[in-house]
Amino acid sequence: MTLPLGLFAQLLHLVLVLLAALLLPGLLDSARARFQGRHGPHPLQPALDWLALLRKQPVVAESASGISSIAPYLGFAAMLAAVLLAPGFAHGMALSSLTDLVVLAGLLALARAARALAALDAGTATGGLAAAGGMGLAGLTLPTLLLAAMGFSILTGTTGADGIAQSLRESVPAFRVPLGLLALALLAVALAETGRLPAGDPAAEALGDGGDDSVPEASGRHLALWRMQSALRLVFWLSLLVGLFAPFGMAGAASGALGWLLALLLWPVKLLLLTLALAVAEARLARLRAARLAELLTAALLLALLGVVWLFLSAGVA
Amino acid sequence: MITLLLAGILALLAPLAVLGAAGRARAVWGGVAVLSALLAMLAVAALAQGGAAPLLLPFGPPWAPLSLAADGLSAWFLLLLGVAGLLGGLAGWGWGDVAPRRLMLWPLLLGSMAFTVLAADAFGLLLGFALAGFAAHALLSAEGGWRDRPETGWRDLLATLLSVAALAVAVGLMTGLTGDLSFAGLRAVPPEGAQAASVLLLVLLAAGARAVLPLLAPLPPGPTLVLVGGGMPALALYVLARLLLDVSGPAQPLWWGAPLVVGGALAALSGALRALREVELGRLLSGVALHHLGLAVVALGVVAGFRAADLGALAAVAGGAALLHLLAQILFLALLWLAAAEVAHNAGSRQLDRLGGLVHPMPVVAYAALAGVAAAALVPAMSGFAGGWLLLQSLFAAWRVGVLGFQILVVLTVAVLGVAIATLASALLRFWGLTFLGRPRTPRTLGAQEAAPLPRGILVALAVLAVVLGLLPGPLLRLAEPALLLLTGHGGAPDLGLLSVSPGPAAADYTPLAVGLLLAVVLGIVGAAMRQASPRAHATVPLWDDGFIAPPAHFPFGDPATQPGAASLATAMRPPLPAMPRWPWPQAARWAATLPRWRFSLPGGGAARRALRLCLGTVAALLVLLAWLGSGGL
Repeated sequence: MTLPLGLFAQLLHLVLVLLAALLLPGLLDSARARFQGRHGPHPLQPALDWLALLRKQPVVAESASGISSIAPYLGFAAMLAAVLLAPGFAHGMALSSLTDLVVLAGLLALARAARALAALDAGTATGGLAAAGGMGLAGLTLPTLLLAAMGFSILTGTTGADGIAQSLRESVPAFRVPLGLLALALLAVALAETGRLPAGDPAAEALGDGGDDSVPEASGRHLALWRMQSALRLVFWLSLLVGLFAPFGMAGAASGALGWLLALLLWPVKLLLLTLALAVAEARLARLRAARLAELLTAALLLALLGVVWLFLSAGVA
Repeated sequence: MITLLLAGILALLAPLAVLGAAGRARAVWGGVAVLSALLAMLAVAALAQGGAAPLLLPFGPPWAPLSLAADGLSAWFLLLLGVAGLLGGLAGWGWGDVAPRRLMLWPLLLGSMAFTVLAADAFGLLLGFALAGFAAHALLSAEGGWRDRPETGWRDLLATLLSVAALAVAVGLMTGLTGDLSFAGLRAVPPEGAQAASVLLLVLLAAGARAVLPLLAPLPPGPTLVLVGGGMPALALYVLARLLLDVSGPAQPLWWGAPLVVGGALAALSGALRALREVELGRLLSGVALHHLGLAVVALGVVAGFRAADLGALAAVAGGAALLHLLAQILFLALLWLAAAEVAHNAGSRQLDRLGGLVHPMPVVAYAALAGVAAAALVPAMSGFAGGWLLLQSLFAAWRVGVLGFQILVVLTVAVLGVAIATLASALLRFWGLTFLGRPRTPRTLGAQEAAPLPRGILVALAVLAVVLGLLPGPLLRLAEPALLLLTGHGGAPDLGLLSVSPGPAAADYTPLAVGLLLAVVLGIVGAAMRQASPRAHATVPLWDDGFIAPPAHFPFGDPATQPGAASLATAMRPPLPAMPRWPWPQAARWAATLPRWRFSLPGGGAARRALRLCLGTVAALLVLLAWLGSGGL
């Protein structure tokens, strides 16, 4: 893809993911409510909440340092960079050479660390709990992500998300067991990382107003940034899953105007379908105990392990 | 010429030791810093030339003429030692206190380490290794490293003796009947069969003991730890790389690298768990150092595997990972150690539960330490990430070796390293968050002040290096090319641009400058946009303490018990793994003492037990799958 076209595609991708981040969380909440037989909030409610939060003055504790004011921006920027690098509707966008899965894992870790630092900043008990909970999960999600990267690198010869999507799209469309195992593993990781598998003590959640706020002390635009970051995280994982496991219909340098139009229509549809599936799952599944969540993630890790070993055995690379 | 200059610097270290014995602290530290800087510069010059000619020394036993040479591998490790010595000397100037018996040991240790690295024959290597081991032990003893537990001191001495003996036997086995002790001579007749296995075992034993023990010594963070903790592990890895990869590397079977991979991965994991468990700054950071040492050892093991499979280009990727990571870790560990020393000095404690809120009185130290934490936690575009990225890429490519056992070993290693890296990030976050964020936990913390100008300057310079080194892995790898050539037995570095590194032409590449630039641009745009959207400055209010009762008057910052504590954070951040056994040697001693009463029990709750059961179940399923496929089921 030529540079101007790549830049254009990248900017379009940016607009699309921002739109998705604006719409998907509200859509998810309202769809889940509908599946549970409730009326539920308006799909635009999260976006309206952000606007309201932006108008409010942030309040910072006396014991807090500059971290409370810097970390929201850093976390949001790291997550936005990760979303920019996630596979989108087209191949070969301007930043496609940076889309390495290990770098993406690093950017996610940076966003997570920023969140935990902000939670620890004021020095409250709830902040410590939130920070520890967020970091503890990574011990089981990072190895799964790395194993998935290894599996893709064996299959396609690269760990770049763009290159993986491209070569999987061009290969013969057939169900492959290792890919299925990796998809299951990454799905579990995505659910855990986006906080879509509520875990822990249900009574604890009743104390907080939002329930998903990973930085209890944040308010005003800081809180808005953290919430937007969590929306972006949802979009990141959805588009990563879609891009890696369902890359059909993506636009490339060779596809004409019709191909681009089709890709531009297909990508939101894929994201929407995954969101609806997520809403059904959330509405139907009971909440997990914290120990169960750890078990689920361990199982995901072992599935990924099995997938990679299967690759050795079946692809004739052994 | 370069070798002659290097020999001259080594000779100059002797009068410096005499000065040290006379108690001239400033002269010793200044001299060590200057001579180390010269060593590092000459090492860079030797690397740029691709190696320097050997120099025959006028002394030495008649059956083993001593000679010095700065070939690629020597030069790279000499660079590491020079950096460690420079930082140690500068830190000594800024922090150290005066005691002649310690001062004398500084030049001796630095000189013996540099002599080991520069020796061009196995006898010189052995001699320098022994001298360095004893000097390090003496320095640790003089620093009071064994004050709390004297038996560790005896263990360290015993381990030093044993490691020298093991290395001597290994060198004897490698020499065989030829009697030629020069590296070139040894390289011509690599050991084979049972002899090779014994050499591997003995060298691993010797290097492992020397690399790990200084890190586990309960030494307070400070200049000595920068020299010993930075230099000795690098020296041990040099012995490992020289004897196992360079000298006996050709014609070794595939399993040659397996012990290194397994040992390195376990060291990385146990180091991370140790860092997460400990509540004292010195011990916590020793866990961090152990973790990074483990990563470098894994990389060396992968090099051995690729060499055996004749995949030279991939071996260069793993070798580049090891060399790059060693350089980066010396710098960011020195930063963390010196910041911890500054905290201990100014806030009066090394216990995480007695610190807190230090970002307010000492912001420069805090943010410099944050840069070190980010580099050590492998955050993209910082100095730790490039080496870690190359290591992971070489592991991802290790299936090309083509033997199922090695492939499965590599997959398990990737999983273990994933757990270890994430755990270490949690541990470092806990370290920084509890030390510098929150409210002061003791009144003493309030008396903390910003560091003096020289230590502050060193910390800031190290923080800048943690960023700059992370942005330029390409030129560094190009500089390391002569070392890679010896390490991998194959010409050519990984696929290098000036700005990016890549394991192969078709594979993904890592361009730290672009990643950093992307982050910076996005950060700037987000900041500007938020300034437009929400321009009001934030208000500062008293802390809402989650409804705890009002603290008594003697707690001006609230009850410290209402803040997250070191132990509680560690419990919550720990990945739900089955409990690791503690460091094996004290355990072995305990086993021997209590053998009749010994029984196996899994510490920890039900979740850990279930996780273990799940692990075992999957391994069993894997074995069944293997058996099925092996019998032609598919």
